[in-house]
Amino acid sequence: MTALTIKNLNVWFGAHHDRVDAVRGANFEVQVGESFGLVGESGSGKSTILKAITGLAPTWSGDISVEGTPLSGAKRDRAFYKTVQMVFQDPYASLHPRHTVDQVLSETLQLHGFKDIDTRVVKLLDDVGLGGKFRFRYPHQISGGQRQRVAVARALAGEPDILLLDEPTSALDVSVQAEILNLLTDLRDEHKLTYLMVSHDLPVIGHMCDRLAVMKDGEIVEVMDSEDLRQGTAKHDYSRSLLAASAAA
Amino acid sequence: MSLLEVENLWVRFPTRQGIFDAVRGVSFNLERERLGIVGESGSGKSMTGRAILRLIRKPGIVEADSIKLEGQNLLDLSEPEMREVRGQKISMVMQDPKFSLNPVMTIGDQIMEAYLLHNNTSKAQARVKAIEMLEAVSIRDPERVMRAYPHEMSGGMGQRIMIAMMLIPDPQILIADEPTSALDVSVQRQVLDIMDGLVKKRGMGLIFISHDLNLVSEFCDRVLIMYAGRIVEVCDADKLHEAKHPYTQGLLNSLPRLDQPKKYLEVLQRDEAWTKEDSVRGTR
Amino acid sequence: MSNITSHDQSWRAWLMTDAPTSRRHARLANLYQGWLTLRGNSMAMFGLGILLALLLIALFAPLLSPHDPFTQSLSNRLQPLGSEGHLLGTDSLGRDILSRLIYGSRITLYIVALVALIAPVAGLLVGTVAGYAGGWTDTILMRITDIFLAFPRLVLALAFVAALGAGIENAVLAISLTAWPPYARIARAETLTIRSADYISAIRLQGAGALRIITKHIWPLCISSLIVRVTLDMAGIILAAAGLGFLGLGAQPPSPEWGAMISEGRRFILDHWWVATVPGLAIFTVSLAFNLLGDGLRDVLDPKDGSQ
Repeated sequence: MTALTIKNLNVWFGAHHDRVDAVRGANFEVQVGESFGLVGESGSGKSTILKAITGLAPTWSGDISVEGTPLSGAKRDRAFYKTVQMVFQDPYASLHPRHTVDQVLSETLQLHGFKDIDTRVVKLLDDVGLGGKFRFRYPHQISGGQRQRVAVARALAGEPDILLLDEPTSALDVSVQAEILNLLTDLRDEHKLTYLMVSHDLPVIGHMCDRLAVMKDGEIVEVMDSEDLRQGTAKHDYSRSLLAASAAA
Repeated sequence: MSLLEVENLWVRFPTRQGIFDAVRGVSFNLERERLGIVGESGSGKSMTGRAILRLIRKPGIVEADSIKLEGQNLLDLSEPEMREVRGQKISMVMQDPKFSLNPVMTIGDQIMEAYLLHNNTSKAQARVKAIEMLEAVSIRDPERVMRAYPHEMSGGMGQRIMIAMMLIPDPQILIADEPTSALDVSVQRQVLDIMDGLVKKRGMGLIFISHDLNLVSEFCDRVLIMYAGRIVEVCDADKLHEAKHPYTQGLLNSLPRLDQPKKYLEVLQRDEAWTKEDSVRGTR
Repeated sequence: MSNITSHDQSWRAWLMTDAPTSRRHARLANLYQGWLTLRGNSMAMFGLGILLALLLIALFAPLLSPHDPFTQSLSNRLQPLGSEGHLLGTDSLGRDILSRLIYGSRITLYIVALVALIAPVAGLLVGTVAGYAGGWTDTILMRITDIFLAFPRLVLALAFVAALGAGIENAVLAISLTAWPPYARIARAETLTIRSADYISAIRLQGAGALRIITKHIWPLCISSLIVRVTLDMAGIILAAAGLGFLGLGAQPPSPEWGAMISEGRRFILDHWWVATVPGLAIFTVSLAFNLLGDGLRDVLDPKDGSQ
């Protein structure tokens, strides 16, 4: 079964002369339980695809279906939010500066209609390896890695099937990146999650994903297995040049 | 005599919980070489760079036995004299060019202004120089770029323009604080190559501050590894992968690698003792 | 003694903690740390001191005032400063100026409190709704705001009072009606930057509706900048109230409103300067106090300073 189907997706911003086509004719499928990567440089449209799926980018055409259910426009129903959740790039920007960890998680749980909020908050913090002592802290009282764990906990609160990961570690130090990536690996096993992960970092995508799509200027130039990435058998010139650049660095 | 000698540098910030030491007793020197300073956020690497130029804002305090630029102690200079040093002798390139360029002036005007500030020549002469500078940082259409405003430039272009501006007064030392981390990998490479070429050609000293171990190991001659405000290890850049200190090793091992797939990445186990060790001298 | 200090210390440690253990603890610790920042600003504390003093004076006016503020004594009129029994002299009807000032602080506080309740709340509502909804809602709400902004403040207030009739309540209403547009503009500008923040996207992805986002996520961030702006505007509000009083459209005689007192005193300003000057100084002091406090609060509340 497919978790996500993207067919002939176009996303644009602005109208008339100012119109910018951020994504053009994107096609890919993500199977249930799979981890799929989107790689490309800034402005390649990889994050825009996530925005179109979540309804944060309202102007798109083509087909997006989640577990067989087609989406339209920018409106998403409760069932969608229960199925798909997202972790944002910058943990310094994705947590409300005036809300404690406890507020963030309890509000999310409340929105998903859970009753046993207290026990669930404790469980969620446990799941992401934070423990109770972080529960009543404000974002400015915890480190970047801990913030990102809170953001992951928030995404997991509604018990989704699919997690969209938008460069979840690019704002973090490498040692913290390793911790977060390991956490994501564990969570995927435990909760049988499907990942769609966006990154500019090929080794990170290679580490986390089974398959990936390489994007350039709004188009998907190649879809390949991570194994091909490791072997260096990319077909498209651009994928090869990306690979060369990141191998050199 | 070294180009720059830093002896026992401390940067302190008073907070409500007491004094926070961002940099703790760091000593190193810089020859006409490319010196890398690596560390994670909060390691004090950027503070070290700024402290050399005395750019730490109040209430931060810079203390050192000496910071000598060609034998002259920068700590003894008055603020106006220090302003001479910044720009004339030591230039700094910041992470994001967007914040360093004036958004309401054309790039040409900004470069020419910088040139006229340091040289007593005509505007026409400054213009010729500015175009020369842009060509030196591999900008293909300098005439067009001269007329453009900063927001019309991509990140890589902006950073090249910043480097061009910083090189106008012909400084002896360039301090680059994460100059390429806001850029894409492919652009990163071009900017580094340009910087490398200029530093070599002019015989400048370069302090390259970065969080990216691989980048530093490839680009620099010598690397200082900082942790919690101290230098924990100094090594030749090409031997970085043979580093001895568990922190450096831990950092290197925590990176995902395409050629070594594994389910879990190695997690750096921090040792409280690292913060208490004496700072290693980064002199040679 | 040592027992008490150690007890104090543990309270301090409890409040200074970076790891609160309950919701209440987190809130208290946050408040306490804000208070410490404010306390570090001596000018703000000076302003706060003046305002607290004003509050106490207004509260205990009957106890503090040496005379009845309304008792006239024509034989005793226009006594100079420091005359016997009248520290600040008397006005043209022989009323004790000090007593009138003390009672007048009640009116000043009343006006200030009411305006501070009405105008920012109205501005916050209009601004955040316009900013978050965007589109037509935004256009309509902001054009209305512009219309209000386009009038000179005092003239608009005059028109309202003229239509509604003179009196303190109507003066308050008029001032509030002219004071809300700047708050709406600030709230809208803040909302526009907050709206596109990741944490708003994140809560939207949890299925939160517009109402919840505006009230629970946008308001807490706007309110701090509004509070700062209100304290800075307080001076203007007091002056506007005084202006209306001065023009005879605010508080009515014999009410000891400070503006009205200046208005009465202006006829004697050449020969008996203190009658108008003393209430003027009172207005000046309170306005200054609000400004100082506002400056200090800005340091504490500015949301951009979230990384302490």
